[in-house]
Amino acid sequence: MGATQEATPVKYDMDVVRWFTIAAAIYAVVGTLIGVYVASELAWPFLNFDLPYLTFGRLRPLHTNAVIFAFGGCMLMATGYYMVQRTGATKLWSNGLAWFTFFGWNAIIVAAVVTLPLGLTSGKEYAELVWPIDIAIAVVWLAFGLNHTMTVAIRKTSHIYVSNWFTMGMIIMITYLHVVNSLALPVSLTQAFSIYTGVQDAMIQWWWGHNAVGFYLTGGFLGIMYYFIPKQAGRPVFSYRLSVLHFWTLTFGYVWLGAHHLQYTALPDWTGSLGAAVSLAMIIPSWGGAMNGMMTLSGAWDKLRDDYILRFLVTAMAFYAMSTFDGPVMSIKTVNALSHYTDWTVGHVHAGALGWMSMISFGAIYHLVKKLWNTELYSDKLVNVHFWIAIIGAVTYIVAMWVSGIMQGLMWRDYDEYGALTYTFVESVAAMHPYYVMRAVGGAIFNLGTWIMLFNVVMTVRQAGAARGVSAAAARA
Amino acid sequence: MSDHDKIYSTKFQDSIERSTLLMFVISAVAVAVGGIVEIVPLFYLPNTGMSGGDGSFNNTQHKDKNGNVIPMDKIVWNPATSEHKTLDDWQPGDGVRPYKALELAGRSVYIREGCFLCHSQMIRPFRDEKDRYGHYSIAEESMYDHTYQWGSKRTGPDLARLGGKYSDEWHRRHLKYPRDVVPESVMPNYFFLENAKVDPENTVATMEVMTKMPFNPVPKTIYTDAYIAGARAAVEGKTEMDAMIAYLQSLGNHVKFEEGVNYRD
Repeated sequence: MGATQEATPVKYDMDVVRWFTIAAAIYAVVGTLIGVYVASELAWPFLNFDLPYLTFGRLRPLHTNAVIFAFGGCMLMATGYYMVQRTGATKLWSNGLAWFTFFGWNAIIVAAVVTLPLGLTSGKEYAELVWPIDIAIAVVWLAFGLNHTMTVAIRKTSHIYVSNWFTMGMIIMITYLHVVNSLALPVSLTQAFSIYTGVQDAMIQWWWGHNAVGFYLTGGFLGIMYYFIPKQAGRPVFSYRLSVLHFWTLTFGYVWLGAHHLQYTALPDWTGSLGAAVSLAMIIPSWGGAMNGMMTLSGAWDKLRDDYILRFLVTAMAFYAMSTFDGPVMSIKTVNALSHYTDWTVGHVHAGALGWMSMISFGAIYHLVKKLWNTELYSDKLVNVHFWIAIIGAVTYIVAMWVSGIMQGLMWRDYDEYGALTYTFVESVAAMHPYYVMRAVGGAIFNLGTWIMLFNVVMTVRQAGAARGVSAAAARA
Repeated sequence: MSDHDKIYSTKFQDSIERSTLLMFVISAVAVAVGGIVEIVPLFYLPNTGMSGGDGSFNNTQHKDKNGNVIPMDKIVWNPATSEHKTLDDWQPGDGVRPYKALELAGRSVYIREGCFLCHSQMIRPFRDEKDRYGHYSIAEESMYDHTYQWGSKRTGPDLARLGGKYSDEWHRRHLKYPRDVVPESVMPNYFFLENAKVDPENTVATMEVMTKMPFNPVPKTIYTDAYIAGARAAVEGKTEMDAMIAYLQSLGNHVKFEEGVNYRD
């Protein structure tokens, strides 16, 4: 690893990383809390409270934006800036530009919080923000990309470390996706319509939608995996060659998957089939990568007994393996015929989001807080409590959605002995109620875990600050 | 150089890893391929609802069960050849048409409220979907849908063929307080749509933008200057509820589908 090559101590730019880390911990709480709320609205519709701003249709995008762009984004920038410095044994190319991305990204999040409940939306899933905010996203994202790439360029090590490949790939792809998918003609400052229609718009939307998952929520977080698991375990990455294979197959292959969201729609059949074929092939690199992460512990498995941070990181790999199996299965046409339009999709997404992306993030946040403030955690026990709460919450959520999704799909297609549809649509809605309750409860449990993490992080930082104050006072005296 | 530096998979990979530029450029090319292969053909292949502007629809040919080509005029409304010459004269079955002024205003409300997060507008070619919703959707039906609204989730039912299924009054009651009509529903109450008026300026601006789109713009022969000039009066004083109902009633009855015809190949 590059970090092992540090010969002389380097003065890193870590303040901006600290702030991004704290922000990520806060947004983890906020994003999942909104999620619990919108999930509860589906279980108990009175929670819409007859206020336009609180309706499911307006708050659901706020939930997805909060978890993906606020929590996920701050996590990616925190770790991106951290890893690129540590693995390159260099300061950031521009600390000022990094601060620009911090304030810019958070300003965008504030803008999202204001506009989405007001009903200002582009009407594209996972890309709801209105066009002026889209432009701001592009500017801040490119600033992040420039800073990251230039920091890679000025590294003191000979090789670019694997984590940085994943981050670079993500930055490039997200730039393509965001720009092409967001092209729209404005009617006013807050309203615009996509320049594409129907089939073309659908394909471009899911090219964006699936690769926001594939690069932003997977590629970027695999970068985290390749740095933080070896660091936390104190072992080198299991296989360097596997990481090369993992990176290039994922980078080339993931892009093709979006079409599997459009099976049996008005798109030409070949697009969905092609998407599904590549999806199935992607099991190989995904599982190769998951194995690479887990096997990094070979010879150090005993550490799982008392290293709770490592538990988060390794469990994330298990969920990564699970959801990268679930996904390809759902892309098979006959399975997709059942699963599409149902809660199964929601369950699949959350297997990834709660099990993989969040768990690896929580592990990375705890690791980062210890390193950045050069201290022990306020409470290791609370990390363990958080770990089990997160597992219970995630599994409750995922199981609820799998069951309800499959049940929905089966009810919709069921025929009685006279050849008539057995169930009306609304009977399927009524049948979902217990699962929607269960999902809300699972989400609430998961959310509780994020509060525990935030508490632990805040107390750790305060404790570190107090310790520094004491040592500074001692130095003066 | 440490031993570490001598470990590599291939010489090429090794040189990529040593060069920021190579890593950047090769990644940038690798991630571009899949999107290009899957997206670009949809702009020129037939059966993608893409109008070349000359009425050719990329040589799309739907054939009836005798093997005769169905003229595209039967699928997509063309005022030049149709017996109904203006949007106001258009009748269901005349073919896919752009939205009338009030419907377009309703569509903006539909997008604003995020209806597509729970309601799809894309019927798949399955027996149960045909029985439940109607004929499967075809590409041409969403050719004027700038910002498509197919959706990805059915927390509520599909709406692609909702037009004409229920009365305006049913929609009004249902949108206001869904559980008054359907007790098991989990839809929010949208009574507040009755309290807001449609903004005529916004509607006109939206129509004008629709005619300027680079792909599948609404032809000036349909959104004529006269029609756009009349749009203001058409939506003046209407509530967002009126607009929403007009939009919902416009969905899915444009094309007269014939039995036994494959409209997707």
